[in-house]
Amino acid sequence: MSAYFENRAIVVPGDILYEGRIRAGNNTYRMGGRVYATHVGLVEYGRGVVSVIALEAGYMPMVGDIVIGYVVDIDVGQWIVDINAPMNAILKVPDAMEAPFTPELVMTEFLDVGDTIVAKVVDLDRRRTPILSILGGELGRVDEGLIVEMTPSKVPRLIGKKGSMVSMILKETGCRLVIGENGRILIQCADREDEELIVNIIRKIEREAHTTGLTNRVHDYIMRMRGVRNE
Amino acid sequence: MSEEKWRRVDGRAWNELRPIKIESGVLPNADGSAYIEMGRNKIIVAVYGPREMHPKHLAKPDMAVLRCRYHMSPFSTHPRRSPGPSRRDTEIGMVMRYALEPAIFLERFPRASIDVYAEVLQADGGTRCASITAAAVALVDAGIPMRDLVAACAAGKIEGHIILDLNDHEDKYGEADVPVAYMPRLNKVTLLQMDGVLSPDELRRCIELAIEGCQHIYELQREALKRKYEEVVEEVKGDE
Repeated sequence: MSAYFENRAIVVPGDILYEGRIRAGNNTYRMGGRVYATHVGLVEYGRGVVSVIALEAGYMPMVGDIVIGYVVDIDVGQWIVDINAPMNAILKVPDAMEAPFTPELVMTEFLDVGDTIVAKVVDLDRRRTPILSILGGELGRVDEGLIVEMTPSKVPRLIGKKGSMVSMILKETGCRLVIGENGRILIQCADREDEELIVNIIRKIEREAHTTGLTNRVHDYIMRMRGVRNE
Repeated sequence: MSEEKWRRVDGRAWNELRPIKIESGVLPNADGSAYIEMGRNKIIVAVYGPREMHPKHLAKPDMAVLRCRYHMSPFSTHPRRSPGPSRRDTEIGMVMRYALEPAIFLERFPRASIDVYAEVLQADGGTRCASITAAAVALVDAGIPMRDLVAACAAGKIEGHIILDLNDHEDKYGEADVPVAYMPRLNKVTLLQMDGVLSPDELRRCIELAIEGCQHIYELQREALKRKYEEVVEEVKGDE
């Protein structure tokens, strides 16, 4: 019954995190009474649970996620969408438009290969293929803006506690941000310089995700960059 | 001459590794990557995935497929080699796959593929082991769930001496070469090959020596993975 690391220490796969009775949380596995890490990240010893906050991890779709995807193919009655996951997602006609599917419908007129969409994962089917929907506010095709990608496991850092980080960024820059849980972020700003600033902020958050006091540092960074620009 | 005094062609002791440098996350466009220098070997490894498998008929319904490509650049050897994949490249790709597969949670990504590309930029013996070592780091950097790291290193025999981490010369003119890949925390060997002639006792000593080498390499892999983040922590502290 013992912990092998300090809380929030950096661990790598195969590190023994705990020996004894405890629940194996995210990014860990149990074998022979021990809990091991599966990702590089920070260990967290909670009440009755050990987990690892991954610093590198791919995106696994979950129902309810907002994702940004690219249409890569068209099938009968459905679009195939790349959402940066291990498998492509499917967007069916009834989830894309109010009108029913008829043989007369020309699907490419609505969404074509190469289009970008903001969608919601509404279901995982029997083969765990994500099913998307673009019905609803904020969802649908994206016609303008800039998309940057970041490590999906670091997206919560961009959002911050109760949205503190995004709301601060939005307040300071006045841009529109759509954060996809799959690590793609859509930036829409009035001018090019603000877009660039946000890209740099995202890179900074991604690089420093494992440090503390990040929101304050990002705030200082925005102020500093503003100062440079106004001179 | 005693074992302690005896020196190899490059001046190393019998149980001495070549100087090793590992770096993770060197390629911005790959999902994960690593670069290794092991003596005069220079290898870069890129990992992509888990991603949709193409061609689709090769996908497995219950697990991901790991694909490894090992390739030596034409300028990596003297004299220059043919740029296409050789029979040897194909075999080493397969051997890398066998060595890495037990460490990866492939069953978590049905119908997907994980692709590992190892490119040898400069070769000096023991490239398969260096490639496996770097590939393990690159896989972790790609965020692929792993049971453990995989460290690899060879042992062998030259002029009757059992030696660790053979270079090109020792590989060519020695009596035997035993590459071993090893999962240090789980204490499991994932690759064992032998080229040459050894007695059962010598083979046992080679394996033990190679595993010792792997444990040392494992520490370097850990450092390489952590360094990327620790540097940022230091930098942030410096700012405040």
